[in-house]
Amino acid sequence: MADVNRGNRPLSPHLQVYRLPMAAVTSIMTRITGHALVAGILLLVWWLVAAVTGPEAFAAADWVVRSWIGFIVLTGSAWALWFHTLAGIRHLFYDSGQLLRIEEAERASWAIIIGSVVLTLLSLILFFFA
Amino acid sequence: MRYITPRKAAMGLGSAHSGTADHWFLTVSSCALVLLVPAFMLVIGNAIGMSHPELVAYFGRPYPALITALFIVVGMVHFIKGTRIMIDDYFQHTARKVAIIVSVVFSWAVIAAAVFALAKMTLVTVAI
Repeated sequence: MADVNRGNRPLSPHLQVYRLPMAAVTSIMTRITGHALVAGILLLVWWLVAAVTGPEAFAAADWVVRSWIGFIVLTGSAWALWFHTLAGIRHLFYDSGQLLRIEEAERASWAIIIGSVVLTLLSLILFFFA
Repeated sequence: MRYITPRKAAMGLGSAHSGTADHWFLTVSSCALVLLVPAFMLVIGNAIGMSHPELVAYFGRPYPALITALFIVVGMVHFIKGTRIMIDDYFQHTARKVAIIVSVVFSWAVIAAAVFALAKMTLVTVAI
């Protein structure tokens, strides 16, 4: 065993210490945001159904929508929706064979992250000040 | 070497038996959703904060009602196909079948609830 070269061999990524590339991080985030959006849609559909159920039902749903819980769920949903939308647009580029080089995929990942935060802030500004 | 001929590999539309239909549906619906997402967010942003009668009248109007209905129908069917990819990745055997059934039934229940609410708000507005 003495002559075995232990320092110079290619290793498969060790998952606990492997730093995921940004393209992998944003890919996983796309799946998470897509599924998490169910919370926002349930809140809004409950609110719409309550509006045709009666005044008490609407008062309860509207209170939740306008409370800090509703603010967190809906702002989170707005960010998730923008993120998922931008990532979906990138998928259309991927499917047409573009943005697949490592540097391009890395840059597109940052564009999705920064773009989703900027669009969420713009949405909030539009909501509170327009 | 491959033991099956190219013709045999293409027959029956592959192991999913539906070929690339799901992927193509996600592509088409994602293009629709790129337009529907900002429109839906504007509609909801306008609606939050309204009184009960204002809200019913607002969703009784054609554009808020149609944009909301289209977003929820297209979005939830997109959701069914999206969860299907996740289910196929993480679940096997009976758990996979149960997860697919739960996902489809849940999504159509959400669509039914939203369409009912929007239809009723439109009818109430017409009655006024």
